[in-house]
Amino acid sequence: MVGSTRRPRYLAERRGLLATLLISPAVLFTALLVGVPLGLAIYLSFTDATAGSLSGKWVGLGNYRSALHDQIFRDAIWHTVIFTVISQAVVIVCAGLLAHALVRSFRGRWALRFLILLPWAAPVALTSIGFLWFYDPQASIFNWFLVHLHLVDKTQLPNWLGTPRAAMSSIITVQAWRILPFATVIFLAGVSSIPQEVDDAAAMDGATGLRKFWYVSLPLQLPIAIVAVLFGIVFTATDMIVPYILTNGGPFNSTQVLTTWAFQTGINAGNIGEGAAIALFMLPLLALVTVGMLFFARRAEVT
Amino acid sequence: MRRGWRYSGFAYGVVVPFAIVLAFPFFWMAVTSFKPEAQVYDPTKVWTFHPTLANYGFLFHHTGYLRWLRNSSLVGVAVVLITLVVAVPAGYALARLSGRVGRTLGVALFLTYLVPPTLLFLPLSRVISKLNLEDRLWALILIYPSFTIPFAIWLLMGFFKAVPQELEDAALVDGCSRLGALARIVLPISLPGLITVVIFTFSLVINEFVYAITFISSSTNRTLTVGVPTDLIRGDLFNWPGIMAAILLPSIPLALVYNAFLNRFIAGFTGGAFR
Repeated sequence: MVGSTRRPRYLAERRGLLATLLISPAVLFTALLVGVPLGLAIYLSFTDATAGSLSGKWVGLGNYRSALHDQIFRDAIWHTVIFTVISQAVVIVCAGLLAHALVRSFRGRWALRFLILLPWAAPVALTSIGFLWFYDPQASIFNWFLVHLHLVDKTQLPNWLGTPRAAMSSIITVQAWRILPFATVIFLAGVSSIPQEVDDAAAMDGATGLRKFWYVSLPLQLPIAIVAVLFGIVFTATDMIVPYILTNGGPFNSTQVLTTWAFQTGINAGNIGEGAAIALFMLPLLALVTVGMLFFARRAEVT
Repeated sequence: MRRGWRYSGFAYGVVVPFAIVLAFPFFWMAVTSFKPEAQVYDPTKVWTFHPTLANYGFLFHHTGYLRWLRNSSLVGVAVVLITLVVAVPAGYALARLSGRVGRTLGVALFLTYLVPPTLLFLPLSRVISKLNLEDRLWALILIYPSFTIPFAIWLLMGFFKAVPQELEDAALVDGCSRLGALARIVLPISLPGLITVVIFTFSLVINEFVYAITFISSSTNRTLTVGVPTDLIRGDLFNWPGIMAAILLPSIPLALVYNAFLNRFIAGFTGGAFR
């Protein structure tokens, strides 16, 4: 009897040991390259460290105070919110529609899906430069269409990146354009995860069209969809590629978001401490998204 | 079952317009890349022009493009190797060996993927300069696994969980060790999943911009994403057709492999925690 109870326990211990051995390199690597820099960022944000010197003087909340008193920074928070909320709202609506169409089987699906995936697969730092050309004040292809559709006058062409309002719409468009394929793909996973039996049962009970969508399809695919949206929010609010390349915060800081402002303060101006403080204002958002992610990932598992 | 025209009609009605809008920028890049440089601003030559390959020649012979392509691929291959070595054992252990604690750890690891480069590039720039890795590709090879490893573990967990437990148990009964079962049973079955991880990890590396622009300062060491926006623009002079060619060349093959492996990516991505 003793042998039979000891053996499984011995095995279980070995299993735990093996698991620890296999997992620890990943945990170590991640702790060293994400955890340590994150801690360092928090430390630096309390110092007046600059690019030249390796350690700064402790200045307490000084960096946070001076950031908050800066109008550019306050606007940057607002711009980040607008940039994120509008682009993601557009993405949710379009991705939902696209996913419901793409889940059907039809001829040419492979080719059409390839075209839809392009903006996500291509490196966004490169495609953003492409948009720099599409928005060019003299040769904008968008303006060519607008003129030929008689939507704008030839003498009053919009300067897409040169005026504050247009510049913000322009970077939002590019961001929505590049996140949409990713959101569609994840939504698609949600839609196709609904078992055929559920569909049939709903049809049997007389649920059709919008009613079926609202009461059956939507609740079932919601958790995965929300995870996709949370991803979109993180990738947008914390991203700097699109604004950096298209406007670099201009004109007159009208598209300055937290990330571009942190880069300009920390790297271009060399105030690493203050740059770190600015970037850390993203943490509350990340924490919120994390909580949401944990909550909805569990919900998705239940369904 | 034959479906009526309304079934595919809805699909075409939605998908075709979206495909046109989403892909149009690439079409226009292609058109521009074949224009003679002198005609790109000419309003009478928007659609009619003499196509030329000169811009592609310029890109290959008079810019650092091939060098950046080489740098990006070099970093990509190195990072993929490091990622696989670290993530395959971890993904397997989290999927099979470690129960409840492992689940939580898996989610925790994945959440580090959400910590953005824009939060870490400032402290990391100090670390890189302390290690004397400024302006060297090694800096990127060292830093990139910080986001590729969590991403790869997440996908791999999904793929490993999809391997039937019975197959593995049979191997264990036959006297295989755990690691033997991983090497002989689980990995071969998950090969398509592994390829998916390789492809998407590689493309994450090719896409990266923030670290590359912070750590690399000389033209010869630039990667694709940083070389094109910084070096193909000289002063205020833009060689637009050349730039368009530079964007298209890596984008099209990437999109093709994405499309080919998309279903597996979805399975892994949503399978990591949702199964």
